[in-house]
Amino acid sequence: MTSALLEVLLQTLISGILLGGLYALIGIGMTLIMGVMKIINLAHGELMMVAMYVAYWMFVLFHIDPYLSVLIATPLLFFLGVGIQKFLINPVLKVDSILPENQVILTVGIGMVLANLATIFFTADYRSTPVNYATSAWYLSDYWRSSPIELSLSVPWTVSFGFALFITVALWFFLTKTDAGKSIRATAQDMETALLMGVNVKLMRVVTFGIGSGLVGAAGCLFIPIYYLFPSLGGQFTLIAFVITILGGLGSTVGAILGGLILGIFESMTATYVGMGWAPVGRFAIFIACLIFLPGGVASLLRRKRLGK
Amino acid sequence: MKRYPPFVALAVLAVLPLVGLSTYTMHVLILVIMWAVIGMAWNLLGGYCGQVSFGHAAFFGVGAYTAGILYSKFDWSPWWGIPLSIAVVSVFSLVLGFIVLRLRGPFFALATLASGEIMRVTAENWVDFTGGTLGILVQKRTWVGKTWYYYIILLIAAGTFLLVKKLIESKLGYYFVAIREDQDAAESLGIHTTLYKTVALCLSGALTGVAGAFYLNYMGYIDPFVVFGLHDISIVTIMIVMVGGVATYWGPFVGAVIMVLLAEWIRSIPGLGAAYQTLFGILLIVIIIFLPNGIVGDFPKIKRLLGLQRTS
Repeated sequence: MTSALLEVLLQTLISGILLGGLYALIGIGMTLIMGVMKIINLAHGELMMVAMYVAYWMFVLFHIDPYLSVLIATPLLFFLGVGIQKFLINPVLKVDSILPENQVILTVGIGMVLANLATIFFTADYRSTPVNYATSAWYLSDYWRSSPIELSLSVPWTVSFGFALFITVALWFFLTKTDAGKSIRATAQDMETALLMGVNVKLMRVVTFGIGSGLVGAAGCLFIPIYYLFPSLGGQFTLIAFVITILGGLGSTVGAILGGLILGIFESMTATYVGMGWAPVGRFAIFIACLIFLPGGVASLLRRKRLGK
Repeated sequence: MKRYPPFVALAVLAVLPLVGLSTYTMHVLILVIMWAVIGMAWNLLGGYCGQVSFGHAAFFGVGAYTAGILYSKFDWSPWWGIPLSIAVVSVFSLVLGFIVLRLRGPFFALATLASGEIMRVTAENWVDFTGGTLGILVQKRTWVGKTWYYYIILLIAAGTFLLVKKLIESKLGYYFVAIREDQDAAESLGIHTTLYKTVALCLSGALTGVAGAFYLNYMGYIDPFVVFGLHDISIVTIMIVMVGGVATYWGPFVGAVIMVLLAEWIRSIPGLGAAYQTLFGILLIVIIIFLPNGIVGDFPKIKRLLGLQRTS
């Protein structure tokens, strides 16, 4: 009996971690944009939706595997992000108005347009990509015959998680080891000082928005084999991304990764032990608990520990 | 001269049903005035106090569900929901404010957005209490005609307008504007920012809740998607104020007229009806880039562009 309980717990934990890895990728895109631009991109989920449709049509029309579509959708979304930043957000930054939140409201408008256009062109039908490995899984008992408990590892989930991990590590190298990455971090830390040090802040903003969009585009492609697709799915992922950034600490990349993992595990726990429909409530419960008890997010814990040494 | 326009407008609106308008026109008028109430409520918090809320659907829905549950569980007339929703939504706003008002700017915006979504998911899943996705249906509407509904919402709107005007002209209004302009400076001048932000949130929430309770009485049916809708309630509320004019008395009215008429008009055009959110989104983008203070707020700019006024 206890082994059955343990089995459920471990299985939930595994699916939580796999989900968390993908969530982290979405969260990093948002946190990058937030750090550099100081605005929240409320069209984040919609950008992911666009990437998912790109991957879907690539599969249906040209039989390109969703994992290969990462190479197509990511650059596409990069340029879409650059375009949005250059032609829509930059003009608003210059406009003088009573409410400083205009940029946030602007991204809401962009998201609305994207979601509605998707509904018009692709209809509101739920779609899923019929990849042939969608339901295959690895089982623990295949490798360890006498194992007391049975665990399974879904193939597409694991592959997606691997890709997400790879992209995250690549991004980390880009941000810490290259000049462009260092310039982006400098802009996020202090825009004026970065400007004085000769960083092209304007360019960095555009590039950052592009990278953030590209990351969420990659995440969209990784979600395609394991998730269904419909035009209004964006809003839900925008919220997820935001919860992750709050959980992780604003503008912190490491925080976003940890936040994504925490959220993933927490969500699959609520889904297993409370009920499927309550998973979104669990998501917000952890968000509110974080706002009350840990306003700085996981990043503030990390910082405190480092200073304490 | 400046004191008269509200009374003139009220008098014109009060006589309007006597002309013998069609039921559809009355329906549109009722919707316009209801949205104007919600817009004014949002404007109090967002326009004057500077706390941009993306979750007014939470207040609207809680107000509507207060009236609805009163009817479905306790068998009271849903009209009692209007006074009761003031109390319920105020308490709800207090609790919500305790959590979200510690955040600033965009973070406040997103926390309120999340709270609206929480309320929707809760209403969907708490089937025993709210009826879940089936919603609440009022079996017997009080009146068949629209005239009385029209006068009730007009009364609510007039009360709201008066309340907002008196508030903004009082000391409280100056506190609100000070908080919007610079919260730290306001705090250092001795304004209890948390207290006044909570006051603004409770008032704004209660007024929106009243509109929600009216909505249940008028439409006779609510479900979580309708009253807690992110795009259909929260975003439309913001758009009404953005289009009309942030931090102006008449902005919400102008915005409500434009948005409701536009929505009704676009939806009636075959082939274009599905694209109404795209057009709304584009309108929002255009307004933010070119008229960031709305039609009423940027009226001098519009006049100048049309060549009605000499550039000084």
